[in-house]
Amino acid sequence: MDNKIKRDLVLTCLLFILLMLGTWLAQLYLNSYLVRILNTACIYVVVAVGYNLINGITGQFSLGPNGFMAMGGYTVAILMLPLAQKEQVYFIEPLIYPFSAFTFPSYLFGLALFLGGVVAALAALLIGFPTLRLRGDYLAIATFGFGEIILVFANNLIPLTNGALGIKGIPGYTNLWWTVGLAFLTVFLVKSLVNSSFGRAFKAIRENEVAAEAMGINLFRHKLLAFVISGFCAGVGGGLFVTLIGTVSPSLFTFTMTFNLLIIIVLGGLGSITGSTITAVIFAFLQEILREVEAPHTIGSWSLPGIPGMRMVVFSALLVVLMIFYRRGLFGNKELSWQLVIDWVSRSKNGKA
Amino acid sequence: MDNLVLKVDALQAYYGGIHALKGISLEVPRGKIVALIGANGAGKSTTLRTISGLVKPRSGKIYFLEEDITTCLPHTIVEKGIAMVPEGRRIFPNLTVMENLILGCYTRKDRDGIKQDLEWVFKLFPRLKERTWQKGGTLSGGEQQMLAVARGLMSRPQLLMMDEPSLGLAPLLVREIFQIIEEINRQGTTILLIEQNAKAALEIAHFAYVMETGRIALQGEGRALLQNEKVQKVYLGED
Repeated sequence: MDNKIKRDLVLTCLLFILLMLGTWLAQLYLNSYLVRILNTACIYVVVAVGYNLINGITGQFSLGPNGFMAMGGYTVAILMLPLAQKEQVYFIEPLIYPFSAFTFPSYLFGLALFLGGVVAALAALLIGFPTLRLRGDYLAIATFGFGEIILVFANNLIPLTNGALGIKGIPGYTNLWWTVGLAFLTVFLVKSLVNSSFGRAFKAIRENEVAAEAMGINLFRHKLLAFVISGFCAGVGGGLFVTLIGTVSPSLFTFTMTFNLLIIIVLGGLGSITGSTITAVIFAFLQEILREVEAPHTIGSWSLPGIPGMRMVVFSALLVVLMIFYRRGLFGNKELSWQLVIDWVSRSKNGKA
Repeated sequence: MDNLVLKVDALQAYYGGIHALKGISLEVPRGKIVALIGANGAGKSTTLRTISGLVKPRSGKIYFLEEDITTCLPHTIVEKGIAMVPEGRRIFPNLTVMENLILGCYTRKDRDGIKQDLEWVFKLFPRLKERTWQKGGTLSGGEQQMLAVARGLMSRPQLLMMDEPSLGLAPLLVREIFQIIEEINRQGTTILLIEQNAKAALEIAHFAYVMETGRIALQGEGRALLQNEKVQKVYLGED
């Protein structure tokens, strides 16, 4: 048993080294467009895996990741924006005091991301405390409302968020090292958590709350833990996102963001980290590929005008088709593990011999 | 008093707006099987849910090993040593049999003890041992009930409470389950059993209470109640 744990750890380390090698090569040889998509994909992985922890694994339907991403995003933006830029951006009303006086140097980017996660996690604690005691759909409604409230705040707390104009000129600290590294770390940590006794308790809550309570599981504390971790992931993801695209405004984190994440975790399979990871990457690429359906086309003498928003129609159709044929998503609630990979490799070897 | 595992004193509780328990008093002595029988809606399940902390009592007291646990939360009550096998089995269908069992000892930290108890449970239910990697939901009804009982035992409880273990099982399986309950009791676990199947319950119970609309209507030794005219008429369907 212990040998297997050691073996898995070694293999995981190898995978990490391989990933880092891949990142290095990608930085060298891929064009900036592809790098940008890869960055987005990894950010989706960070947020979607965290989101799956509360929605898929613990079975509590939350609709708030856009709100948590916004909190993380604004936190990182305000912390990392250079002082000169702060004066320029906040021309309607100046930025309030402590933030107007300092800015994080670039080497504290990691700390800023962490703080972005912490702020989002605190918000999750605050919103989870009253709502997670209730059963059923209350969490969905409350978290949906929370996301909207955060956007209203972002629009109106002008001395902090600069309102609807948003914050521009955020230095682009996000690169593949950060996104790939954090995506790997998130998957690794969440998977370890799910395989621990905490994870079993999360799943027990999803399966049957009454029985879980009868087993001595503190429902409220476990739901809150899953919700806070999920909020933290969303906060970090939001921070990465704004430093990738260089601006943050309320329109960046509308409900569409939550909808995208929902598509990712449902397509991948609620409760499957493997599924969320893979579909997050697929989704990021599909989003780019499907730009084609929104672009104007000329076929012979025919010219079709571009239809903005057509991508979402395609995604929705995809979701409907998938729900008919693969009701439980691509992976159901199955996980890819090293044991499975090894079994598969040895089986295909034996097949050849 | 020192030989009582559980003592319930004048318990009143409301469930879904209904005055479900109108003053229940009962005692469970160490090492015995105590049965609580009665018709649908008599308040049997509410009694159990109140003892395990899932329903808050309006008045009255619950003592477990002389300690007042009336206001304890469900998870602390499990930690103190009361396990519950809920009505309708309620196993975790998408988790493996092994995961189901491990969740049963969620409140325990002693790895060696858990390993021992796992073996003990597999000895009691050899059929589960063959199916450790199967998902709970793929077991048959009887096997699911066995899994539910086994899961309850994994916390090595001082008191095991069972809510309708015979529900929805074929007569042969009912007999098997009751034989296992007797066996578990013989090996030292105190049991509080709720049953609609009065005959099966009274046959194995050392002591039994008959509930009617939120009150204890009758009490006595299991075998004696089987002979009671009123019990025979109302619960056993004999003329």
